[in-house]
Amino acid sequence: MELFGLLNYWLVIVLMMIGFYIVIAQGNLVKKMVGLSIFQVSVFVFYISVGRVAGGTAPILADGIEVFSNPLPHVLILTAIVVGVATTALGLAMIVRIRDSFGTIEDDEILAIEKGEDDK
Amino acid sequence: MISAHLPVLQVILPLLSAPLCLLFRRTYPSWLVALIMSWASFAIAAILLGQVLTGEPISYLLGDWAAPWGIEYKVDVLAAFVLLLVSGIGAIIMLFAPGSIAAEIPEDRVYLFYTMYLLTFSGLLGMVITGDVFNLFVFLEISSLSTYVMISLGKSRRAMTAAFRYLVLGTVGATFYVIGVGFLYQMTGTLNMADVADKLPAVTETRTILVALGFLTVGIGLKLGLFPVHLWLPNAYTYAPSVVTAFLAATATKVAVYALLRIYFTVFDVEAIEAYPLDEALLLLGLAAIVSMSAVAIFQTDVKRLLAYSSVAQLGYMIIGISFLTITGLAAGVLHVFNHGLMKAALFMVIACVFLRIKSVKIEDMAGLGKSMPLTMAAFVLAGFSLIGIPLTVGFVSKWYLITASIEQSNWIVAALILFSSLLAVVYFWKVVEIAYFRPRNDGAAPISEAPALMLVPLWILVGANIFFGIHTDLTITSAMAAAQSLMEVGP
Repeated sequence: MELFGLLNYWLVIVLMMIGFYIVIAQGNLVKKMVGLSIFQVSVFVFYISVGRVAGGTAPILADGIEVFSNPLPHVLILTAIVVGVATTALGLAMIVRIRDSFGTIEDDEILAIEKGEDDK
Repeated sequence: MISAHLPVLQVILPLLSAPLCLLFRRTYPSWLVALIMSWASFAIAAILLGQVLTGEPISYLLGDWAAPWGIEYKVDVLAAFVLLLVSGIGAIIMLFAPGSIAAEIPEDRVYLFYTMYLLTFSGLLGMVITGDVFNLFVFLEISSLSTYVMISLGKSRRAMTAAFRYLVLGTVGATFYVIGVGFLYQMTGTLNMADVADKLPAVTETRTILVALGFLTVGIGLKLGLFPVHLWLPNAYTYAPSVVTAFLAATATKVAVYALLRIYFTVFDVEAIEAYPLDEALLLLGLAAIVSMSAVAIFQTDVKRLLAYSSVAQLGYMIIGISFLTITGLAAGVLHVFNHGLMKAALFMVIACVFLRIKSVKIEDMAGLGKSMPLTMAAFVLAGFSLIGIPLTVGFVSKWYLITASIEQSNWIVAALILFSSLLAVVYFWKVVEIAYFRPRNDGAAPISEAPALMLVPLWILVGANIFFGIHTDLTITSAMAAAQSLMEVGP
């Protein structure tokens, strides 16, 4: 079945669009960060799916293992996960500071406050 | 012996010294570390440029792992030229920084600024020197994450929101880039730029590669401040500390332009870009940028924001140069990368001096500055001439090449629009000059003095470079031409 064989990729697209939609549509900054994380995770799933070889096992050096999955994309994603964690941590830290100085984490309220400053 | 390891030292020295600043926790020692590392990087970049201008491109294998498997650092003329720009600007900015930083960042956080500066610096240098598409992403994120922190150090609370919005858009851009790299890897099974370039022609017709190119273009475009996706840039430049703005405006977007060149001409080739009509799309975006953003700049009341919009417009010139897909056009783009770095750094350094004295960057508050800060404002006028493209400045050289390139293609409309946009630059630049020189300072305003010598000297070194490279064009034009030729020859 073509549809089920490519299930991973369909899920990647669904996750990616959900994440991207949240980043664009949600006004709450924390929700924006959640969306951004989902968006990034979808790319991780994509890379991991790319590395799979049909009928392959784990890439271990041992007798009897001829067909194995490509470990390189998985290693790349370890790096990308670290980057993703750093981004989320930094983003959330900034949200804490934004709440301290603006008293809100709703995007439209912050924009209204900033517009008020401009008009002064 | 050590000279064989210069390519890796270029990146690793600032990267490893960043934690040193964090350990010192004091302003003066961390400044000293940043200063020494910036100048050491500048020296290394100068040596590397000298080596590749006379000899072959340098290939450095990290950890001695053979090329397509291990990470390769590749220094050709283009890379060395951009390395020289980034490290040179960094070296000058570090001389300039202490005076301005003391006024804009609380004393107990200054060491964090130097830590973040060194990380950004090494990230940008790494993006330039690497020959591996995924390694480029890692350096992109190192420089981006530390850039967000540097912007958020700004005095106004809006620095924090500007940094956050940049973080969201920057992460989306970087993730788009990773998706593009994933598709490339899926089709070619390799990440080394030269190796991908070898294997691409076989699959270049597939839709996967088309989608990959689309994701890569949009991803890098977000970082670059390409016209319709530049929305993070004005606020980030306006609310960041002045020194940070000067450094970023001169280096970060330029390195993104470099990444675009690498992807388009080293990984892909001219035929592929022409086949997907990306050149026409880029030309239109570039033209839209130079006209609309210059027009928007005219209506700004905040001089930092004015220069930020002018930056987006100037990036349009580079994109136009690249979109011609000719040697002259590419050389004009590369020249403008270098020249715009010089002029924008000088202009934002002037703004840092002005802010130090009058605590404002509103244009109306600059009345009478021509009299009270003559040296600073004279630097502003000369760097502004360079921005407009008046002969004997660097701005003239790159615009001359850009217009030559468009005339070569008999593209008179583009040439006319470039001239028109330069006229718009005269308007927004003159608006500031008129108020600074011809309007007297408000009665009763506190008297102000010239900026301190420690800030004026680096500023005037850069202004001098603007004029020096406008008259002695040998180094810049030789490098830009050699870079353009090597970019065009890669690929079948």
